[in-house]
Amino acid sequence: MTTLLSRRRLITGAALTGSAMALSGCDALGQSPAFRQFLSGGEWLSYRIQRFIVGDALAREYPPEALSPTFRMNGNTRPESAEWERYAASGFSDYRLRIDGLVARPQSISLTELRALPARTQITRHDCVEGWSAIGKWTGAQLGPLLERAGLAPNARYIVFHCADDFRGTPYYESIDLVEAFHPQTILAYDMNDGDLPMGHGAPLRLRVERQLGYKHAKFVMRIEAVESLERIGQGRGGFWEDAGAYEWYAGI
Amino acid sequence: MSANEFSPPIADGPIVVRRHRLSTRLWHWTNVVVFLVMLMSGLMIFNAHPRLYWGDYGANPDPAWLQIGAEQERGYLRVGTLQVDTTGVLGRWQNAEGAWQNRAFPHWVTIPSSYNLALSRRWHLTFGWLFAGGLALYALISLVNGHLRRDLLPKRAELAPSHLLGDIAAHARLKFPTGEAARHYNVLQKLAYLSVLAVLLPVLVLTGLTMSPTMVAAWPWLIDLFGGRQSARSIHFIAAFAMVAFIFVHLAMVVLAGPINEVRSMITGRYRLPQEKTR
Repeated sequence: MTTLLSRRRLITGAALTGSAMALSGCDALGQSPAFRQFLSGGEWLSYRIQRFIVGDALAREYPPEALSPTFRMNGNTRPESAEWERYAASGFSDYRLRIDGLVARPQSISLTELRALPARTQITRHDCVEGWSAIGKWTGAQLGPLLERAGLAPNARYIVFHCADDFRGTPYYESIDLVEAFHPQTILAYDMNDGDLPMGHGAPLRLRVERQLGYKHAKFVMRIEAVESLERIGQGRGGFWEDAGAYEWYAGI
Repeated sequence: MSANEFSPPIADGPIVVRRHRLSTRLWHWTNVVVFLVMLMSGLMIFNAHPRLYWGDYGANPDPAWLQIGAEQERGYLRVGTLQVDTTGVLGRWQNAEGAWQNRAFPHWVTIPSSYNLALSRRWHLTFGWLFAGGLALYALISLVNGHLRRDLLPKRAELAPSHLLGDIAAHARLKFPTGEAARHYNVLQKLAYLSVLAVLLPVLVLTGLTMSPTMVAAWPWLIDLFGGRQSARSIHFIAAFAMVAFIFVHLAMVVLAGPINEVRSMITGRYRLPQEKTR
């Protein structure tokens, strides 16, 4: 009996010590630059494999009865920038979306003009990085034709979305590559659930990039910039949360 | 054939057989590490939204079938209408410094130990490839080298109710096969390992992929297979805890069946057949 007890105690003790060491070890590993490099390997692999598998496939579109009764609002629900406040005061009638950077013909487009451009309506599922999902109906101008209208330079590789909202003074921004930018479901939504896009969901214009997680869907879009590299934007990781929270730039998984 | 007829003379010493192939041993020990990382980083990801739903959508305004949270300084686990006070363990617990935290799973079961969704995702999504790749490779090898057919698929006779009941009764009395009968997995072992290899682990991988918006654009049948993205997330969680239950039973069986012989067989491949106790 004593041997059994001591063996049991030994095993339990070893297991506890082992797991405590493993835990602090995992925390230490998670902080080490070399191991973080290894962990980033997953993002690279996901990007390569998923891009290969998915091709041009569309995200699922749902029937109207599938809509979430309440679509959760997340992130900033009202920007504090003076420019946005001015536009909001006018009901966004003097709002202009700017498209610049590596384009032949920089654009400044009103909402009325935008509504006259090739549009798409889609009922899709919004998947937050935190794990929740909501289904909403979005109508907006397709990004691809807009970029063609501006005339992308041959060296343009990413499309950056500059937003009116900020977190503690750091403006929100996001970026996608050209594959996602020219995908038919990638739209700048001005309507949601058959009405004007509500303020909390990003009025007057919100990016929908349906094959990626929620944080890519920039709200309160003010300006679209075509760039060759993401290095000089923000802290260089391609988005606000990518810079601040180290979320992956590739948000397909 | 009965083990008694061919029981070897004890004087010759114990019979040592080759029990586990190299592929099995490698996969087993890789999974010890990989599964633990997947589980613990997964619990941290769950902490970002500690609610589970059925169907395609589900967020705070929608009814959750499972929720871990805190209310008025008490931690709780809520399943349907059932609520359990879990203060100190789930929902509300003290961190290593003794400070109270309102989070679902406590610091000692998560990677990393303090709240960080971004980092836990990096662990989970990188080790996920090792997990899925290892499973696919092992399943393929087991199919080709006959491991699946020879060692894991139960024979028709083993599935007879009388045999199954007999095996269950023997397990309940903690009587494990000895001699020749111990050369092969018994039927309960076969069913347990087969359900892990062919059901639980593939379900974990596939429900995980169903949560990826790009993956379900490529393979929309995944959404239908699991009844929606939030159902897939719920099933992912349930399957993970079924694996935890399997591991606890597995470890208990290893200890009961003779931990040194069992662990050695999974390291070196060599297994000493337990001797008959009838003598």
